[in-house]
Amino acid sequence: MEERTGWLGYRYRRRGPLGWVRGPRGSGPLRRGKDDRLAGGVAAGLASRMGFDVNVVRLVFIVATLVTGGSFAVGYVLAWLLVPADGADGNIASQAVTDRRGIAVAVGLGSLLVVVWIIANVLGAGGLSNLAWPLGLCIAGIVLIWRNAPADEQATMRQLAEPLLSVTGGGGRSRTVLRALLAALLLVGGLTTLLSGHHRSAVLRPLGGVALVIAGIVVLLGPWWLRIARDLVLERQARARAEGRADMAAQLHDSVLQTLALIQRRADDPQRVIQLARAQERELRSWLFDGRVPGSMGEAGLTLADGVRLIQQEVEAQHGIAVEAVTVGDCDLDDDLTALLAAAREATVNAGKWSGADVVSLFAEVEPTEVSLFVRDRGRGFDPDAVPGDRKGLAESVCARMARRGGSAIVRSIPGEGTEVSLTMPRAAGERLPSRT
Amino acid sequence: MDDHGLFRSGVRSELGGQVEVVGEADDVEPAIALITESVPDVVLLDVHLPGGGGQVVVAAIKATHPQVRFLALSASDAPEDVIAVIRAGARGYVTKTISGPELVDAVRRVAAGDAVFSPRLAGFVLDAFAAAPAASGDGPSFDPELDQLTPREREVLRLIARGYTYREIARELYISVKTVESHVSSVLRKLQLSTRHQLTRWAAERRLN
Repeated sequence: MEERTGWLGYRYRRRGPLGWVRGPRGSGPLRRGKDDRLAGGVAAGLASRMGFDVNVVRLVFIVATLVTGGSFAVGYVLAWLLVPADGADGNIASQAVTDRRGIAVAVGLGSLLVVVWIIANVLGAGGLSNLAWPLGLCIAGIVLIWRNAPADEQATMRQLAEPLLSVTGGGGRSRTVLRALLAALLLVGGLTTLLSGHHRSAVLRPLGGVALVIAGIVVLLGPWWLRIARDLVLERQARARAEGRADMAAQLHDSVLQTLALIQRRADDPQRVIQLARAQERELRSWLFDGRVPGSMGEAGLTLADGVRLIQQEVEAQHGIAVEAVTVGDCDLDDDLTALLAAAREATVNAGKWSGADVVSLFAEVEPTEVSLFVRDRGRGFDPDAVPGDRKGLAESVCARMARRGGSAIVRSIPGEGTEVSLTMPRAAGERLPSRT
Repeated sequence: MDDHGLFRSGVRSELGGQVEVVGEADDVEPAIALITESVPDVVLLDVHLPGGGGQVVVAAIKATHPQVRFLALSASDAPEDVIAVIRAGARGYVTKTISGPELVDAVRRVAAGDAVFSPRLAGFVLDAFAAAPAASGDGPSFDPELDQLTPREREVLRLIARGYTYREIARELYISVKTVESHVSSVLRKLQLSTRHQLTRWAAERRLN
């Protein structure tokens, strides 16, 4: 089998007599092809799924588009939007629904086209108005794809559009004048054909007139439309880059730079420096490799294990005590469990402040009916009955908070041996997630 | 044996005097050569060695020198790696943040044939065994002897995860330290011998997350 790269990077293959059969049928869900796509890769994906040659599928597509009067092309664009590309996580449509500006542009362009065709229809070119809707929908869909496709697909599209851009994109006064002249000529020609056609009610002439009017509008406004589209793309890329950089700067400032400053100030306290470094390392790792934003407690989508990890990071960073955190199972947070975490945090901070121990153990277990959390230190301990009434840490923040939510808190402390706070919160029936650490 | 020289020298100085350090190595190949040559009682082993990871070393040595015991030591806490090393035959797992005296204690314990569970490992094990609802059609390979923890073992693991020492667990449960040790050893055995799909599937799931 010979392979060479031709126009637009499309690869031609030469085969034996049975060239249209490509090979064994693929399996798994339909994915848009990545390597041998011409536009969206729908044909390529379908071909590899069914075991046909790409070109056969393409031919079928083209014939189907002609036969259905363009409706099939809408199907193609829809498939482009909805079928995920090979190896991609999601489809383009899921991106596109959040792209408000793209939707606006798509609706604008699509509707503009439809309006033009409706005008043409009113002026008597009825035969072609069937094309209006498919064309409008296609344009709208392609605009959405253009704005939301991943970078490699955008590159393919840019390649496709390149001939257009190079012809119309150039500035220069003479070109503009030329274009205006041509447009005026086409418009005048089209209008006269239309008007004269009205009288004679011939079939072909209005058609030609409409075509000329459209051509005039396109020649006049086309470059502008294209420039809008191109500017939108450029602007979007620039914005994405800037946002990425700002994000990273903010992140590094909040975490690494702060910690480095703290370390410089605490250079004489090795224990503290180690803790700061350890906490920072953990935070940086979880940000770089797991995509978890540090300090994002209380945001939606957090799980119990995330919460425990946050407590660990915070307390280690702020109170200079190592926290050994272990979680078994995981579940999404609700109000009750957020309260449980808040109580656990308070208990951990208490241990960090008062126990004098080097390490606090934090153990959380998610069971089908309840979540238990234990905070234990091997520090100096205290006599629970002897705590003065104005020291509200444990009583108010931990025990009362748990009680308000229907949970329970037990504090066991032996002077000289340490303290353990056991927290239990019944949980609404929910799925037990596998934990991740 | 660890791929960070700084860390190795740190461990050496912490162990110094109380444990005889017979050698150190920084990669899988030299490690296997060194262990085969010196046949130590206990090998401290990083889970993440370059060139295949700790379980390769454990597997290689177990085949030739079954009397050598391994204690896994790691800063990275990817549970599937830890479980893999344990299943390859290590007698325990501690994190690198462990203090000197605790490490010495752990080495002694492993040398004596006991299992050493850090809170983190206890958490992993509870998680791995809890991930499967008991006897939920695990197929013919399901062996309740091996594939399930007894309530007592579960209790012991929970206490370890909560930061209790073996002695404290013994006092808490009104049993002897020896009994705690035998529970832990039996958990280790189950962990190593269970053929349950669940353990591998659990690890795979964790990898996905």
